[in-house]
Amino acid sequence: MLCDECKEKPATVHLTQVYNGQINESHLCEDCAAQKSGLIFGPSHKFSIPNILGGMFGAIYNVQDVSESSTKCSNCGMSYQDIKRVGKLGCSECYKVYEPELESSLRSIHGNSKHLGKIPVRGGEKVLVKRQIEELKNQIQEAVREEKYEQAAQIRDMVIEMEKKLS
Amino acid sequence: MSINDLVNGSYVKWMDSPQGNRDIAISCRVRLARNITGIPFPHLLDEASGMKTLELIRKAWQDSSGKVLPAMEMVTYDQMSALERQVLAEKHLSSPGHAGSNSSFRAIMLNHDGSLAAMINEEDHLRIQCLLPGLQLKECYSQVQELDDELERTLDYAFDENRGYLTACPTNVGTGMRASVMLHLPAIQMSGQLNQVLHNISQLGLAVRGLYGEGSKPIGNFFQISNQITLGQTEEDICNYLQTITEQIVEQESLLRNQLHRDMKYQLEDKIGRAYGILSNARVITSDEALTLFSDVRLGVDMEIIEGISLFALNELMVAVKPAYLQKLGGREMDVLERDIKRAEVIKEKLKSKEVQ
Repeated sequence: MLCDECKEKPATVHLTQVYNGQINESHLCEDCAAQKSGLIFGPSHKFSIPNILGGMFGAIYNVQDVSESSTKCSNCGMSYQDIKRVGKLGCSECYKVYEPELESSLRSIHGNSKHLGKIPVRGGEKVLVKRQIEELKNQIQEAVREEKYEQAAQIRDMVIEMEKKLS
Repeated sequence: MSINDLVNGSYVKWMDSPQGNRDIAISCRVRLARNITGIPFPHLLDEASGMKTLELIRKAWQDSSGKVLPAMEMVTYDQMSALERQVLAEKHLSSPGHAGSNSSFRAIMLNHDGSLAAMINEEDHLRIQCLLPGLQLKECYSQVQELDDELERTLDYAFDENRGYLTACPTNVGTGMRASVMLHLPAIQMSGQLNQVLHNISQLGLAVRGLYGEGSKPIGNFFQISNQITLGQTEEDICNYLQTITEQIVEQESLLRNQLHRDMKYQLEDKIGRAYGILSNARVITSDEALTLFSDVRLGVDMEIIEGISLFALNELMVAVKPAYLQKLGGREMDVLERDIKRAEVIKEKLKSKEVQ
């Protein structure tokens, strides 16, 4: 196979680029590849954070294409296209509106999509209780494993009480 | 001290050097990104909604009965000159982007020694940070957390059970926390291991940047290392992880310094002595050259090859040679050559006065 660019030397570098879900393959000789990779990764390329993040929003992970959809966040007016373009969300409501799309983006950025850190005391009361319940449930399993059934029953009663509070 | 002193004076808390004369880790910072629920993020703000955010934060500050918040001062950016705002960025109290904007709804809050800062309407409605000398990430986190708690008593933070604290950029969502350490790694550089070490750091999920964070080039062997992941880990885990890795890098640097001193004593002393010679005799010097030479002199001070200069004085100089601060010192706008001349003067003066610890 000859190089796609110069059509003279044999193609030894096979470059696959994925952009907005479109796969673009090129076969290049070493010289042309060096030039091309310079374009892709070199300092002159706009390898900027918004571009990279824009890419993260759905580009790499084949998220359903919502480009046709006309959904806009009712609070700030940002569409998913806008978010992809600027690499930023518009407001706190966008996180709800575009939740399914964000799930895979967040996983690709953080390797995770569930918050484990601090919870604000105000506005986070329910979340705090839920987290305590999770913790107690783990303690029940632990107690059962150690055959401390009485202790497990006590913790279970606490969990029931807390779940009542939540509902 | 007031905001005015922090702008005009040369002192900021992070310049103190807590571990005596050996500080491979110069300073550390923990920053939290917070937003107010329902209000569009700053990149979409117009004057009206920008002012609304500012007023909510101002109210939280004025009404606070806490310990930390009432002791801070607030100033909006339209009340400061471009030069003064740039000085804040040079001292790591604001970001270059935020400081660049002359706006009535962009503002900064600072405590008396600049260890606590809150940028208002930067990329997020609030970016609060604690910046301390040396490697004390836990202390940084605990102080910034206290400020966060006091703000949260009044402000309705944008928070989601699964996503955590919601931020304009998804790279900050979750804890909204960026912990970073400023390291000085000349021996790793001289031994040719720098690329390998930096590569390893990024393999460990940490970001490496230059002296002024995102987009700044590394100069003078100063590197900023920070966490990249903000979601799915607790704040404590993020701090501990960065602390552990930093300690290992510091140990490696330390080992290599000893090795250098053992194997290349004369070359090392020569390099350091020449750097000191140029700095104390130059008449015209660029910022890049000065920072590169500071690195050598700093190494000399750390290794007790040079005596009579404190690391505090060197930290002060690192800021004093920046363009905005120089012009502030000179009391007027200066072109590049004038700054290079003024810079040489300031350095010479400082090194001559040789503050003895």
